[in-house]
Amino acid sequence: MRTEDLIKALDADARDKAMPLGKAWWLAAGVAVAIAAAVFFTTIGPRPDIMPAMHTMRFMSKFVFTLVLATSAFALIRVLSMPGASTRRAMAWMVAAPLLVVLAVILELFVVPEADWGKRLVGTNMMICMTFIPLIGIGPLAIFLGMLRYGAPTRPALAGAVAGLLAGGLAATFYAAHCFDDSPLFVATWYTIAIAFLTLLGAIGGRLFVRW
Amino acid sequence: MTGKDEAELSGLLRAAIAGDERAYADFLHRIAALVRGFVRRKIVQGGVDPEDVVQETLLAIHVKRHTWRPDAPVLPWVYAIARFKLIDAFRRRGRRIEVEIDEIAETFAEPETETVSERDINRALEGLPPTQRSVVSSISVDGHSIGETAARLGVSETAVRVSLHRGLAAIAKRFGRQ
Repeated sequence: MRTEDLIKALDADARDKAMPLGKAWWLAAGVAVAIAAAVFFTTIGPRPDIMPAMHTMRFMSKFVFTLVLATSAFALIRVLSMPGASTRRAMAWMVAAPLLVVLAVILELFVVPEADWGKRLVGTNMMICMTFIPLIGIGPLAIFLGMLRYGAPTRPALAGAVAGLLAGGLAATFYAAHCFDDSPLFVATWYTIAIAFLTLLGAIGGRLFVRW
Repeated sequence: MTGKDEAELSGLLRAAIAGDERAYADFLHRIAALVRGFVRRKIVQGGVDPEDVVQETLLAIHVKRHTWRPDAPVLPWVYAIARFKLIDAFRRRGRRIEVEIDEIAETFAEPETETVSERDINRALEGLPPTQRSVVSSISVDGHSIGETAARLGVSETAVRVSLHRGLAAIAKRFGRQ
């Protein structure tokens, strides 16, 4: 088949329209949030003292970390799925969430006596944390990998890893409403491990399944 | 790659997305020429046929045209896709390059050998289900319109459009993977 002939066929297929990628990402985000919410509320649900907890800095700071992570990952994955789009600014924003966590850890180390550091770090929920963040995040991760297939990422493994970070940020946002361990020492350790697991899974998924 | 090219090409693709089929054919022809130049410059050793990469890039541009933002420049998008497909072609054939050197030498020795029949796209086309294959080749190789193809095959125009769309998507997916 000559290139000329191929163009005839492509031109004849021009009428068929797919949803613009930008719009499709918002739709996918909505579906992913719904899935994460469904898993969260049918399994562990929010902690019973969530109303008074919302008046504490430590509890609320968890949502700042996770939402900043999810937002920056969402911005990055959108440009990563569009060929030729500049990723530099979105890439730079990815340091925001880790930076906030590091700052919070430093503050916590100043405020809390050294004897309590270990107790705060280990907390009481680490197994639940490391189970439920991946469990809540796995459905959204599948959606986001599916979206990467719909898009056209020129760096599939990196885009898959960012899909994992996005799913992790989303899942951790829900999980944070359940968890009693509000110390940044706990968050910096166990949330990070759980999210790293989803990130690794996303990178592998991106490498294996995101072909176009 | 002047600013004029950029403005004209993004204008053509915008018109094409709005439903102007002539603008789309025009866009694809000009993009094919640009990508051909780019790919030929990049392929300095044998093993990868530039025209295969041009065709694969055009298919990818077609099936992924929803990933272009109409307010963004079109050439960086086109070249990012072409680069991705070129790297993919090298990776796929990387192991075979050494093996094929002899064959290439033969090809050079016999300039009359037509390589068109050995195009990757033909192999992908042959792998399609019969209906899709006859629709795609009727429109591309034989140059028939959708209406003519529908009459020849005795099916509706909608059926032809569906087969064409699925056939092209399948070719884009299978391209060079056999």
